[in-house]
Amino acid sequence: MLEIKDLHAGFEGTEIIKGVDLTIKKGEVHAIMGPNGSGKSTLSKVLAGHPDYEVTGGTVTYEGKNLLDMEPEARALEGIFMGFQYPVEIPGVNNSEFLRMAYNARLLYKDPDAEEIDPLDFEEILDAKMKLVEMDHKYKERFLNDGFSGGEKKKNEILQMAILEPKLAILDETDSGLDIDALKAVSQGINRLISGENAVILITHYQRLLEYIQPHFVHVMSAGKIVKSGEKDLALQLEAQGYDWLTAPAT
Amino acid sequence: MKPESPKQGASLEEVLEDQNEYKYGWTTDIETDKFRKGLDEGIVRAISEKKNEPQFMLDFRLKAYKKWLTMKPPAWPNVNYPPIDFQDISYYAEPKPKKKLESLDEVDPEILRTFEKLGIPLDEQKRLSNVAVDAVFDSVSVATTHKKKLMEHGIIFCSISEAVGEYPELVEEYLGSVVPAGDNFYAALNSAVFSDGSFVYIPPDTISPMELSTYFRINTEDTGQFERTMIICAENSYVSYLEGCTAPQFDTNQLHAAVVELVTLDNAEIKYSTVQNWYSGDRETGKGGIYNFVTKRGKCQGEKSKISWTQVETGSAITWKYPSCILQGDKSVGEFYSVALTNGLMQADTGTKMIHIGKDTKSTIISKGISADKSSNSYRGQVKVNKGADNARNYSQCDSMLVGDKSSAHTFPYIESANSSAHLEHEASTSKISEDQLFYFQSRGISRENAISAVINGFCKEVFKQLPMEFAVEAEKLLSLKLEDSVG
Repeated sequence: MLEIKDLHAGFEGTEIIKGVDLTIKKGEVHAIMGPNGSGKSTLSKVLAGHPDYEVTGGTVTYEGKNLLDMEPEARALEGIFMGFQYPVEIPGVNNSEFLRMAYNARLLYKDPDAEEIDPLDFEEILDAKMKLVEMDHKYKERFLNDGFSGGEKKKNEILQMAILEPKLAILDETDSGLDIDALKAVSQGINRLISGENAVILITHYQRLLEYIQPHFVHVMSAGKIVKSGEKDLALQLEAQGYDWLTAPAT
Repeated sequence: MKPESPKQGASLEEVLEDQNEYKYGWTTDIETDKFRKGLDEGIVRAISEKKNEPQFMLDFRLKAYKKWLTMKPPAWPNVNYPPIDFQDISYYAEPKPKKKLESLDEVDPEILRTFEKLGIPLDEQKRLSNVAVDAVFDSVSVATTHKKKLMEHGIIFCSISEAVGEYPELVEEYLGSVVPAGDNFYAALNSAVFSDGSFVYIPPDTISPMELSTYFRINTEDTGQFERTMIICAENSYVSYLEGCTAPQFDTNQLHAAVVELVTLDNAEIKYSTVQNWYSGDRETGKGGIYNFVTKRGKCQGEKSKISWTQVETGSAITWKYPSCILQGDKSVGEFYSVALTNGLMQADTGTKMIHIGKDTKSTIISKGISADKSSNSYRGQVKVNKGADNARNYSQCDSMLVGDKSSAHTFPYIESANSSAHLEHEASTSKISEDQLFYFQSRGISRENAISAVINGFCKEVFKQLPMEFAVEAEKLLSLKLEDSVG
């Protein structure tokens, strides 16, 4: 589904990603772990097409297409979903209207002759999905992320994922800033969305998210590279030993 | 092999690039009768004579002219422009041939086509069924629709020239009663030379069965447009009035100095909405565009009366305009809802004045300023509570949104209270459309143009919901168009 080869990318002339290779297949859940500043979040932004990040080398192929040639909205419409670490607040834009816009954009992309879903029909879908992520209905009529608590912002990201049903979800530090109840709710929401038909990249600093979501593969990033890949037990090893044994310069 | 870096969407600045494609910038090729340039007593007399005005009108004009000669243009607005040569402007232009029009059939078809092209069809079959339109072309009103139907309700809706002839006693009673001839430099100029405009009288106990509207079109180069609008709403009556404006694209500046006077008697309400889209000049050089120096004021003369101003200001090179309310009647209510968008090199200094005189008077001010490119957008508002205005209340909210980093937003609130029972609240905020917000939309599959309009419409929502439905849709489209033209 996704094939990253020798990817180099940076921000304002500074190279942050220094040669990443990663292959992800349908039905797989990958966790990318690593210390702060290792390039995990940058990788997610490059994959989503954030304009501030510049790709300086390598290729990314998504379902046979050159992902790096696609506009951010085209990537989204082709089934890539980015769950933000810090979802931006957009005052004035109603949350459910925003969700409906996104839903309709995808609907019309799949079938240009389709009719947009009206607010009433959409409400039914929205209610069901909100239940799935255990989100209070009052957030429907609030402005997008505006004044949401950290936990509600993250739930709102997973709600969007539930509505857009992506093929590939990249979840950047979805667990950060969550208390244990919110973490459980968010993880449960993600688990319900994982199927054999899609793939998930979980970017996380801590192992605790992986107590709730079982990854098939764990990768450790350090200084812009994947320095170790393994299965779930690698996460446990990291929890016990920290990152130092992987990130310390070779002697 | 080194791949190309990902092709990212146009930058916000690029998105805003071509908004200068002003789609109303064409002119109508028609013969006009235009006065020689310059202003003196002879011109003032000639305008009055041309319009066969009664003596009181000539006296009003001459008094205003003499007052104007002693006045100077205001220097306090936060705008910069070279001094205007008032002798280099023609003060009257009208489409030929001049004769009294009995029906629409006699209106020059070229003019009818002009209005149709502007989306304002005037002829019987195509005209809007729920809106009566007074179409003003350069200095004269060329047609008013639905006049007969309105007359069945006793509602007078006609050009002000016609009102001077047909209802002189009403005009004499109210003309200058809200904006006196010598109120300010441009109001004095208008009072001396005003050519046409709309006149509305709603009799007691009457709810207007349709929206009334005036569409202003400046066509001729080097002319000033000085229209005057008067709306009088008698006891227990209601009217909603809309105003729209466009002008062709010229390299020279055109002066538009209008005066609008509103009067509400007991329990009456006037809702006055404007969508202003005058040509704003070249976006890069600032060449050309309309100078929009307008005095709009309403007097809530009667008890429990209400005047509500809603404006969407998207054009003009320079805007200088403060629709105001004098809350004279006890329990009267004044409202001001405004969206002012500036881009290119536009400068706007706009806001309102709420003067509380009566007891238990209430006013609301909601102002939304959007500044893009190198434009400057100022809100200037005054809330004044007089000594006798017990329990006056005001709520003001002024929000600014910056697009890009070269534009500026300013807020100048003035609050004066001479009564300790007054309750005044003021809130202000400044925000920015950020790349991160747009990227958030895009990462959900929503295009940049839709993202920009969602953010802008969200910002302006409180004002748009005050507009009559058709106008709200128009205003939304207009703002999106101004901010998105080059995306693609």
